[in-house]
Amino acid sequence: MSSLASGLSIVDRLDRLAGQDTAIHRVDPRAKVLATAVYIVCVVSFGPYHVLALLPFLLFPVVLASSGGVPLGFLARLLLMVSPFALLVGAFNPVFDREVVAEIGGLSITGGWISFASILVRFLLTTAAALLLTATTSFNGVCLALERLGVPDVFATQLLLLYRYIFVLGEEVHRMGQARRLRSFGRRGLGLRVYGLMLGQLLLRTTDRAQRIHAAMKCRGFDGQIRMARRLHFRAADAVFLLGWSAAFVFFRLVDVSLLIGRLLTGVGT
Amino acid sequence: MSHHTISVRALGFAYPDGTRALHAVSFEVGHGEAIAVVGANGAGKSTLLAHLNGLLTPAEGEVRIGGSPVVRSTLADIRKTVGMVFQDPDDQLFMPTVAEDVGFGPLNLGLPLADVEARVDEALARVGAAHLKARPPYRLSGGEKRAVAIATVLAMEPSILVMDEPSSGLDPRARRRLIALLDSFEHTRIVATHDLDLAAELCERTIVLNAGRLVADGPTRQIFGDDKLLAAAGLERPLGMSACPVCGARAAGR
Repeated sequence: MSSLASGLSIVDRLDRLAGQDTAIHRVDPRAKVLATAVYIVCVVSFGPYHVLALLPFLLFPVVLASSGGVPLGFLARLLLMVSPFALLVGAFNPVFDREVVAEIGGLSITGGWISFASILVRFLLTTAAALLLTATTSFNGVCLALERLGVPDVFATQLLLLYRYIFVLGEEVHRMGQARRLRSFGRRGLGLRVYGLMLGQLLLRTTDRAQRIHAAMKCRGFDGQIRMARRLHFRAADAVFLLGWSAAFVFFRLVDVSLLIGRLLTGVGT
Repeated sequence: MSHHTISVRALGFAYPDGTRALHAVSFEVGHGEAIAVVGANGAGKSTLLAHLNGLLTPAEGEVRIGGSPVVRSTLADIRKTVGMVFQDPDDQLFMPTVAEDVGFGPLNLGLPLADVEARVDEALARVGAAHLKARPPYRLSGGEKRAVAIATVLAMEPSILVMDEPSSGLDPRARRRLIALLDSFEHTRIVATHDLDLAAELCERTIVLNAGRLVADGPTRQIFGDDKLLAAAGLERPLGMSACPVCGARAAGR
């Protein structure tokens, strides 16, 4: 259960980072959500053999992290934790795609390795962007932005409550696990059967709690829509943020800046 | 007619599985009264409370708040009049921040934003939690959660406060603070509790439930002095009204 605790502590850390007050934090959440969406679409729309063309996209996470006060070490740790997923997705590319596309110093590089690298880079870029969005906007800010952008209430409400109760649920799971370990000896009591029973228990407890929460909401006039008093102001600076970054992403997507710089440098060299 | 009165007549209730939780319970509560509802676990306290603001509608008998019956068509008004503080503050605090949670009810009442903000500040100041405004609920201590939960209800400006086990899980100082806070309210108050010392301090009058029946309704001091009645209802005389366990002396005036 310690992995659960550390998971929650990460969510908590993200939340605290989101509580800072920097220029990036002050940007309207809607601008950040939209810019991140454009970013992700641009990054994932590259062909399977592009690696270098993706590098200019590093600019966005680097700027966001440095001016948003998000420690790079923390970000790197998070990316490392989720990277096995991407490694698994790309793991078989070098096996199946053995066509040699380049030779560097006698070392042949196959298409499989390049597409593998491309998957990794894209994964790192998009995940970093999403994490930085949360760390500079807060999860609730993202929910609020989604709601104001016209995402149906049901989803925004779901996300809000999910985030609020993930801590309560986490503690409950933690307590149950502890209670089980304290009365399990060796392998007895730690089997899969008990695990299933515990999950069932947890589901029942959760529905019970959901009913109590719903009752508490009804007591205070809940009618299916959560109203938020937070006011959002979309200022000129937010428009500049959104349009500026979007334009940069589209430019990076259409023009291979790495290649351009490479040509420029070699051109200057010769 | 005053909004602050409660009238319960021959209230009966059985859960869908057939368990009878209340048998013909009747009592009246006057304007500004503070009443303790006591009884052993499973005596029907929570079920009774749930009837006072329409979370459960009476299957038998009738509940009237300020003269109007608790039925589907009056629910919105009833819930504005009767504020309910739940036993587990985690059930009550569901919004991302304390301020948003306290503002949830007033916003649902359709108040303009400026009024909502004023009510939030006022309610939080009333319970001494103004400094917690921007905090998320999961980062509050038990005592803070309880205070904020009460503020969420105060912000609706109810005439009647209904509380389920308000002192459960609190440390002595937080409990002491809670008692002082509740004592300072002028609302009509109904407090269901196992904390009989709290009941003795806050409430002039006590109702005793046993297995879904109302077995006593009278002055708190008199009821808590009746050992036979208490034992039959699965209760014990509160410490504050017992002889000193060390020297055997009784507190003055008790």
